Amino acid sequence: MSCDCCKKEKALEKLMRLEPEKTSQLVAFIDSLPLGQDIDVNRGHLIETLHKAQGIFGYLPQEVQQVISERLKITRSEIYGVISFYSYFTDKPIGRHKISVCCGTACFVKGSMRLVDEFKKQLNVQEGETTADLKFFLNVLRCVGACSLAPVVMVDDKVYGKVTPEMVSEILAEYQD
Amino acid sequence: MTLKTPSELNALKASLVQAVSDKVKILVSLGTCGLAAGGAKVFDAITAALEEPEYDDKFEAVSVGCMGLCYCEPTIELRDNSGKAIIYGKVKPEQIPAILEAGLEGAAEGATQVERTWYYPEDEENTNNALQAKVALRNTGRINPERIEDYILRDGYQALAKVLTTMKPEDVSQTVLDSNLRGRGGAGFPTGKKWQFAAAQPKGQKYMICNADEGDPGAFMDRAVLEGDPHAVLEAMTIGGYAVGADTGIIYIRAEYPLAITRLRIAIDQAREMGFLGKDIFGSGFNFDIELKYGAGAFVCGEETALIHSIEGKRGEPTVKPPFPAIQGLWKQPTIVNNVETYANIAAIIRKGAAWFKTIGTEGSPGTKVFALAGKINRVGLVEVPMGTTLRDIVYKLGGGINKDRNFKAVQIGGPSGGCIAAKNLDTPIDYDTLKAIGAMMGSGGIIVMDEDDCMVDIARFFLEFTCDESCGKCTPCRIGNRRLYEMLTNICHGKGTPQTLVELRSLALVIKDTALCGLGQTSPNPVLSTMTNFMNEYEAHVNERRCPAGACARLIRFTINEKCIGCGVCAKNCPEDAITGVTKKRHVIDQNKCIKCGVCFQKCKFQAIDKQ
Repeated sequence: MSCDCCKKEKALEKLMRLEPEKTSQLVAFIDSLPLGQDIDVNRGHLIETLHKAQGIFGYLPQEVQQVISERLKITRSEIYGVISFYSYFTDKPIGRHKISVCCGTACFVKGSMRLVDEFKKQLNVQEGETTADLKFFLNVLRCVGACSLAPVVMVDDKVYGKVTPEMVSEILAEYQD
Repeated sequence: MTLKTPSELNALKASLVQAVSDKVKILVSLGTCGLAAGGAKVFDAITAALEEPEYDDKFEAVSVGCMGLCYCEPTIELRDNSGKAIIYGKVKPEQIPAILEAGLEGAAEGATQVERTWYYPEDEENTNNALQAKVALRNTGRINPERIEDYILRDGYQALAKVLTTMKPEDVSQTVLDSNLRGRGGAGFPTGKKWQFAAAQPKGQKYMICNADEGDPGAFMDRAVLEGDPHAVLEAMTIGGYAVGADTGIIYIRAEYPLAITRLRIAIDQAREMGFLGKDIFGSGFNFDIELKYGAGAFVCGEETALIHSIEGKRGEPTVKPPFPAIQGLWKQPTIVNNVETYANIAAIIRKGAAWFKTIGTEGSPGTKVFALAGKINRVGLVEVPMGTTLRDIVYKLGGGINKDRNFKAVQIGGPSGGCIAAKNLDTPIDYDTLKAIGAMMGSGGIIVMDEDDCMVDIARFFLEFTCDESCGKCTPCRIGNRRLYEMLTNICHGKGTPQTLVELRSLALVIKDTALCGLGQTSPNPVLSTMTNFMNEYEAHVNERRCPAGACARLIRFTINEKCIGCGVCAKNCPEDAITGVTKKRHVIDQNKCIKCGVCFQKCKFQAIDKQ
């Protein structure tokens, strides 16, 4: 009688098999960091590693978390704690285009909630969800600092200002690829 | 090229002054809002036009940061070396030829000229009685942020040279203390005192941190400084490092500000190359370098202890003070955390002296404050005014009054930690202390203007929703208390509140204020308390009459059809719930049980026959 641990595929190997290019990119980045045995030092690089990893993979799946955990010698639970704390990080795949409706105060008083409702209706998703075809991810955020253009919607890096509910379908149409 | 002494810096500046052409500069505002409004196209149109030799001899295009005139982006300013200038707003690429043709001789036909409402206290007298005084924003919108030479031309790094070669560290802290510069991040703690605390700690590793995690919804002044004048922050952090004995600076910046990050990176590289960062700066033996750390979207990380934990790679949860970070901060070493705008004032204070700084502003709060004006106001933008300016001047003179000539109701100042100020306090000169006295708070300086269509209960609910989202969950008053406040406010907005709800609301808000762990929690009930103080009548209308005076709380609105109805049937045709019935050419009726208060009938009726209550 023995356990099956050794038969289980290692996270890094699995990730290498599934996403060889992205994985080597991530590993190369981690190897470039001045990591050591001191966990505190490694911890100081955790958030930038997560930023980098999310930039490469689009989100932070379990395998990626596991690889980071092994390399930085930080437990999975702690890494998950950090990911779940910060709204920027996500462990679920998100759509190809990220729609962010600003609901900061300036946008709120100019009616951004009506935009959220309109996007929800047209995309048939709730906030924080991705459409079934993995095309759009609907997100609500607090202030992009472009209050003069309120209400503001960002799709990926493009900013749309003074958006009205009528403009929602036009905006979505721009991304019909 | 590395500069080793102040005289080398002066020589470089002199040669740059020599090299300044007498061409008229065309400054194009290319911050985030300028770019979003199409500033890049205007810039391209100008560069294309300057390919004509006739114009190329006369003009030079410069990309600058935000001028603060967000309401009329894209903006450009034509300026010659003597200071003669014209500003245009809402510029379209096709207007460029006419603008170049007119030059500085007069306004171009068809283009929108914008009045200049500011002066620069460091360089000039306030001859036009300008309301704005730009100290922190002295270079923003005036220089190309990606060229260190432009910054040096505007006396950049002179303060650093002065500090490193002629002042002792304790004199630097003392000068800042004498100027009574108070933390611009919100709480208003004297910056010099903070520096003295850290300086008094035993020699060893210390840190200077710049808090650029600008998370207050409605505040964007830090972004403007970082995008428009990044070197000012680098220079000030280095000065602070010398004062407290730190050799490492960290800028903690929101990942949502990509342009600011890019410009900071460029600035840091340039400063290193010139020797303003690195080893043995100006031959003084003082070493200092700066790195960037990115935030990851957590409002609470604006609180200094939470910010420090985030840099350490942990969840950004605050811890109890004391120990204050100045004694025990990052990696348990003495750490100074200052806000971007605070840093932006430092170099001017060093160059011109504490006494000069105190001539601006009020006695208790000298200097200026940058406010981000937004909401229902005609001229949204960034303004920097001396402390002690009244809200009336800011809202009406600089902000151009309320949208669509509606009536002013309130301003919300200080973000989720601040409060709402009613019309009766419009003439209060605002500084840290007066704001506190009227139940608000400076916060980072976001001013959101609201008109009679905004329901104050709903606004309080909006902020509480924000706080509930952003509460880190560590302490119970904030995690559970704010959730309860939010639920009570929701009930009131839905018409389910009772007079007893109001009593409980206030009492719980006061408990949270007294017992929460960090600044975020302690100030989170402020929006509730200040609206209850200033707009109790609205709360009472919600609970006693089940009515929303502003008509904003959808569930309390009633649509009815009045005698103006001619029976055209447009409303009935558009009603999604078939709640409107009636005979053609006769007055129609709305079935209140079916009505979902969507307001379509109200919008479609051409005869003002629908009343909204």
